[in-house]
Amino acid sequence: MNALTVIGEVLVLLGTFFYFLSALGLIRMPDVYNRMQTSTKSATLGSLGVIVGVGIWALGTDFGSAAWLTKTIIIAVFLLLTNPISAHALIRAAYKSGIPLWEGSIIDKYREHLEAKAKDEEVPEEIEETGEGGKE
Amino acid sequence: MGEASKISRYLYTVIVLSLIWLFLTASLDPQELGFGLLLSLIVGAFTYEIFTTNGLANLHPKRIAYAIAYIPYFLWAMIMANLDVAYRVLHPKRPINPGIVECRTVLKSDVGKLSLANSITLTPGTITLDVDGDKYFIHWIDVKDDSVEGASKSITEPFEKFLKVIFG
Repeated sequence: MNALTVIGEVLVLLGTFFYFLSALGLIRMPDVYNRMQTSTKSATLGSLGVIVGVGIWALGTDFGSAAWLTKTIIIAVFLLLTNPISAHALIRAAYKSGIPLWEGSIIDKYREHLEAKAKDEEVPEEIEETGEGGKE
Repeated sequence: MGEASKISRYLYTVIVLSLIWLFLTASLDPQELGFGLLLSLIVGAFTYEIFTTNGLANLHPKRIAYAIAYIPYFLWAMIMANLDVAYRVLHPKRPINPGIVECRTVLKSDVGKLSLANSITLTPGTITLDVDGDKYFIHWIDVKDDSVEGASKSITEPFEKFLKVIFG
């Protein structure tokens, strides 16, 4: 039992707590968008805590080596970069397939944007005026 | 931002791939390092065209310094985001006030926009729904200001001062 083991155990414990919050958020939130909010954030930080915590924990044991920490850091960075992209893809697909927002939602700027865009396509003359921001 | 030369983009890809190899093996044995470098050269030759557009310019010391300073800032924002989520989930009245707002960004490069979208998704109460040009459509769990300027001020601007330097 040394300091590294204790730090690792605390990190894993915090990570599991955020996992629990993530699962609870899935039950308590009213619609798919708010569920994505809670589950993405908590699951990402929970995974970071558990993964890096295991790496630090292993350093404190007699079979551990520095390879544990570097590998877990690579996995954590990979997760940190890919998790928000999958959340974005899911929430955008949910919106495109027509899932409505919760009735308590107060504003929907995206629908206005899509309607304005559809109107522009019907009237081809206006595309030159509004299309200046688009670039590839 | 103009494209860097092919050789600079290739070298940058090889450097990044070698660093990943170094972290994955965690060994400084010259045989393993040499084989990792060989594999990086081969994989880099196939992938450098889609991997980067700036090449070695990404390794400018100012950019690296800002990237390192960005890590604790971002982690702190993420921890605050999770405490925010914890408060909303555990509070008996479920205090949410959701909506989709529009933001503008000053970032030009595609990688910068991607990292801004990722940062927005992982920070308090916001998730990126779509990006179109310089417009961001963001699902905000607690809408305080539904105008374009107000939302940009509280969502995108804290990150832009870092990401503008890192990615341009």
